[in-house]
Amino acid sequence: MVDPVLSLRDLDVRFNSDGHQLRVVNGVGFDLMAGQTLGLVGESGCGKSVTSLAIMRLLASPPAEIAGGEVIFENRDLLKLSKREMREMRGGRMGMIFQEPMTSLNPVYTCGSQIIESLRRHSGLTGKAARERAIELLDTVRLPSPEKRVDDYPHQLSGGQRQRVMIALALANDPTVLIADEPTTALDVTIQAQILDLLRDLQERTGTAVLLITHDLGVVAETCQAVVVMYAGTVVERGEVGAIFADPQHPYTVGLMAAVPRMDALQGRLTAIPGSVPPPWERVVGCRFAPRCPLADDRCRNERPTLREIAPGHEIACWKAPIEGVSATGGQS
Amino acid sequence: MIETILNRILVSIPVLFGVLFLGFALVQLAPGDPARVQAGPTAPPEVVEQIRAEMGLDQPVIVQFGKYMERLAHGDLGRSLISNKSVTSELAAAIVPTIELMVASLFWSIPLGIAMGTLAAVWRGSLFDRFIMAISVAGVSLPIFFICLILIQFLGVKFPLFPFIGRGGPLWTMEGLSHIALPALSLGMIFIGPVSRMTRSSVLEVLRLDHVRTARAKGLPEWQVILRHGLRNALIPVVTLVGLQIGYLLGGAVVTETIFSYPGIGRLAVGAILSSDFPLTQGTILALAVGFILVNLIVDILYTQLDPRAQKT
Repeated sequence: MVDPVLSLRDLDVRFNSDGHQLRVVNGVGFDLMAGQTLGLVGESGCGKSVTSLAIMRLLASPPAEIAGGEVIFENRDLLKLSKREMREMRGGRMGMIFQEPMTSLNPVYTCGSQIIESLRRHSGLTGKAARERAIELLDTVRLPSPEKRVDDYPHQLSGGQRQRVMIALALANDPTVLIADEPTTALDVTIQAQILDLLRDLQERTGTAVLLITHDLGVVAETCQAVVVMYAGTVVERGEVGAIFADPQHPYTVGLMAAVPRMDALQGRLTAIPGSVPPPWERVVGCRFAPRCPLADDRCRNERPTLREIAPGHEIACWKAPIEGVSATGGQS
Repeated sequence: MIETILNRILVSIPVLFGVLFLGFALVQLAPGDPARVQAGPTAPPEVVEQIRAEMGLDQPVIVQFGKYMERLAHGDLGRSLISNKSVTSELAAAIVPTIELMVASLFWSIPLGIAMGTLAAVWRGSLFDRFIMAISVAGVSLPIFFICLILIQFLGVKFPLFPFIGRGGPLWTMEGLSHIALPALSLGMIFIGPVSRMTRSSVLEVLRLDHVRTARAKGLPEWQVILRHGLRNALIPVVTLVGLQIGYLLGGAVVTETIFSYPGIGRLAVGAILSSDFPLTQGTILALAVGFILVNLIVDILYTQLDPRAQKT
């Protein structure tokens, strides 16, 4: 078995606002293996972006506070590094791509100079060498005529092109881990497919481990080897993509899969999970999904389930698992 | 770029025309009789009337303005009624001191205002932030003449560090520098307040943007994030503000130059208005208007340099 390059253990993130503590991420843990693409899935507000920003320690503090847990990267706990050591990691061995390509690049600098800035910071490249490497990177992300584009400002590029520049920027210093926070959400569907193709390709070529944050199960099925499903700040199910897609066990995962529009079901309303995510200030004693779960009983409401293995490489936090005969139509319409 | 500049200069011509006409009309409305001034207080009325006719002042205002424009087109601004020197030479003598005063005021106040605003934004909510904002409110609300008087009182009289009358010489001499210190300090005060406030709010706004997070994700040190990705972007609205404030600076220069007996355009204008020296008044109005238009042109050019998105318009 390959070793994990990035391990999260019981990560707790809280937001302090007006004297209230909001527990946004609660005991989240997973392993990202070398050369693997891991999908972190969940609906909006479930804490997946906060988790990714916490790994990079990019959360603004205050209001955010990493209250506990470990983020092990290359045998060191990132949460214990000094600010200086952490800056060495960011952009160097860890790259990050953000959701909004339109606003994630600085409008007053050329694309090239923003990549060169990172090269100078981490690889010590300057002058012509840095410029050539920047052009090479833009070529790697398949930006057309990179030797011209390198001098373009972000506003001269389209959204998809800007996201390619962001990818080039994130990969500039050959990172071990690439965190992609909803890299395709803001893009057209056709461009989405191209960007995912590109990420998959680059991943195969460079062997970089990718943490892909998305709310799109279709994206996970296409690109990931492993998946972690988050709900209301906790991990509810994790395992190999094959196992989870073939046999989703957590009622939430089942509901998510049922909610994916299908080409073969042209009629009827889209399936939705009833109810909504409990707000982080609500104290939930039992399973956080219980209020929306069709299978919930008293135990679910009073006792919080923890992750346990129900099959090799397939863990789930649900008292009801394993359930026989649950299919992807388990959600209610 | 050159096209833009030419364009702007062409656009300024009607503006100048309007300013001159308004100035001309206002001079007509102002109390005081140029013919009487020219003739002297003891001259008999018929002499005054004769001079009035010679000067063309008995004709309708619009005709006078037409004649003025005609002379202006030939580069002739007329002669001062008081000194009898050509207005052009009077302006030429006064323009360098005024430019020096502007440069000296901006030279210290803009960098200081930007630095104060940036630090206040970075240490938002701290005691330093509140202190800076208190200073800037004071700078905005205190009238310029009051600042001048306080500076004269403390740095000129009580602790006589700097002279406060006249101009000592060109800016690059010690004499010139020490004479310009107090006027430049007073005039620069006008800028500190607005510039530091605008910089603070602009930096705060920019630091919240996504691209700043990208800069942090690159592992840049915090000071580089703030200067290269925060302040650099935040300067765009600050430059616009400075351009607008130059108007106040020109107005402030009139007061400051008068208080410090500094021989610049502002004092020339005040003297000309008070003595009903209308050719000279017109000349100074023209000079101030041209100065204002030039400064705005420079600001616009700077703007396109700071914001690449503004280049293709």
